[in-house]
Amino acid sequence: MANVLSLQEAVAMYVQDGATVCMEGFTHLIPFSAGHEVIRQKKRDLTLIRMTPDLVYDQLIGAGCAKKVIFSWGGNPGVGSLHRLRDAVEKGWPHQVEILEHSHAAMACAFEAGAAGLPLAVLRGYVGSELPNVNDQIKFIECPFTSERLAAVPSVRPDVSIVHAQKADRAGNVLVEGIVGVQKEAVLAAKHSIVTVEEIVDDLDTHPNACVIPGWAIDAIAVSEKGSLPSYAHGYYPRNNSFYKEWDAIARDRDAFTQWINDNVMQAGGNVG
Amino acid sequence: MSNAEQNQDYTSGEMMTVTAARALENGTTCFVGIGLPSEAANLARLTHAPDVVLIYESGTVQTRPKVLPLSIGDGELCETALTTVSVPEMFRYWLQGGKINVGFLGTAQIDRYCNLNTTLVGDYTSPKVRLPGGGGAPEIATNAGEVFITLKHSTRTFVDKVDFITTMGFGRDGKGREGVPNIGKGPTRVITDLCVMKPDPVTKELVVVSLHPGVTAEQVQEATGWEIRFAETLKSTSEPSAHELEVLRELKERTARAHTGQ
Repeated sequence: MANVLSLQEAVAMYVQDGATVCMEGFTHLIPFSAGHEVIRQKKRDLTLIRMTPDLVYDQLIGAGCAKKVIFSWGGNPGVGSLHRLRDAVEKGWPHQVEILEHSHAAMACAFEAGAAGLPLAVLRGYVGSELPNVNDQIKFIECPFTSERLAAVPSVRPDVSIVHAQKADRAGNVLVEGIVGVQKEAVLAAKHSIVTVEEIVDDLDTHPNACVIPGWAIDAIAVSEKGSLPSYAHGYYPRNNSFYKEWDAIARDRDAFTQWINDNVMQAGGNVG
Repeated sequence: MSNAEQNQDYTSGEMMTVTAARALENGTTCFVGIGLPSEAANLARLTHAPDVVLIYESGTVQTRPKVLPLSIGDGELCETALTTVSVPEMFRYWLQGGKINVGFLGTAQIDRYCNLNTTLVGDYTSPKVRLPGGGGAPEIATNAGEVFITLKHSTRTFVDKVDFITTMGFGRDGKGREGVPNIGKGPTRVITDLCVMKPDPVTKELVVVSLHPGVTAEQVQEATGWEIRFAETLKSTSEPSAHELEVLRELKERTARAHTGQ
């Protein structure tokens, strides 16, 4: 059964130094406030998994929280590069970060396999791609029934997954609406999970096929209003596209980045962007 | 700007988008990449192909955005979609399951065999420029019925050998798809701001089949990092119509207003 905790308590309890952490949300519902709490608590040596690292992992990487990043598309959507990711990979600032890159299809399948309790995911993928040359976690297997050669990747099994959602009810059941990405899979694949929500309500007011994650499958719920800004929460607030563009200049420069993190994350308790 | 362009009332970028849009037939189910492909696919939907089905990797099925999305997961795509599915369902059932006719991709680098590089420039362990990576492209190119590619033409983008094959067109020797069961045809056309190219039916090497108005073969060669082949009967691409230009400009103006209106 999910405990309702403060975001500070939830991160302190479930995110340990050296852990494998997944913060999901496919452009939508990105758990920024939780990422900032991880930065404030100075967690270190994290293996960070996310299909699209986005600004949230750019910030965690630049703030020195990451040891390794597993991802499938590492850009600032519609804008350009993630400069903190690049600086860490290309120049080792603030320290060298190991990367392991996949395709979206493989990662999506790996999340689903993790949720399904399987050790691996199988897909018709990576045909002719050179990604298997640089990622030893991509293998090929032969179908025992048809002999077709298929790609295999290990399932994603994080120590803790963190996602943001619109709302939870008082029993901790969570409703995710709009672009649902791999959030449900991320929660079910993880040993522990934290869900931040815009609000806690008496009644989720849902329909039978909605994406609801039962409270008993979640460890902690934390209320975090506007917790996914500058990404967005369908039905609550739009994506702050201007901030995604502004981030390019902030993240290009180490000093500007450090100043931004200090002013908006370290010295701030709340939401930014 | 070319000499010819100075006499035209459209830009080479508009020429590219309109030509890319025309490649999509009405009723096609298209898996759309962000950026130039998205612009072209939506122009097609708003002009000659009202029944084109646009699908984005964020899980939005049959979406009809009023403005172009900045990101692949903009709320606009979800709000105007027939339905929105999870990302695993999108890649497994809809793409890998064979429901997509055309995958429409952009790229940072392309070579003569239509291999695409969106991973890096230089060496993998010490890259000169690190690019975003594969995203959906590797399996879109594998599992879509066929692939259209659109990008601006220059020696930076059209290289003799891509530094890294993120997404296979036809492999380093043009034979990468031979004997591989259950996959799509791969790239069937490449549309740039200068011309249209198609792979040779046998060798799979890109051949220029159509030059845009005012563009010379020499210009195409100068912007290409290898000795590019030209079809024996080289066509001239039809100019954009006034209607196509009007719809495209309105779409881009609406988009610019929406993205700065925060």
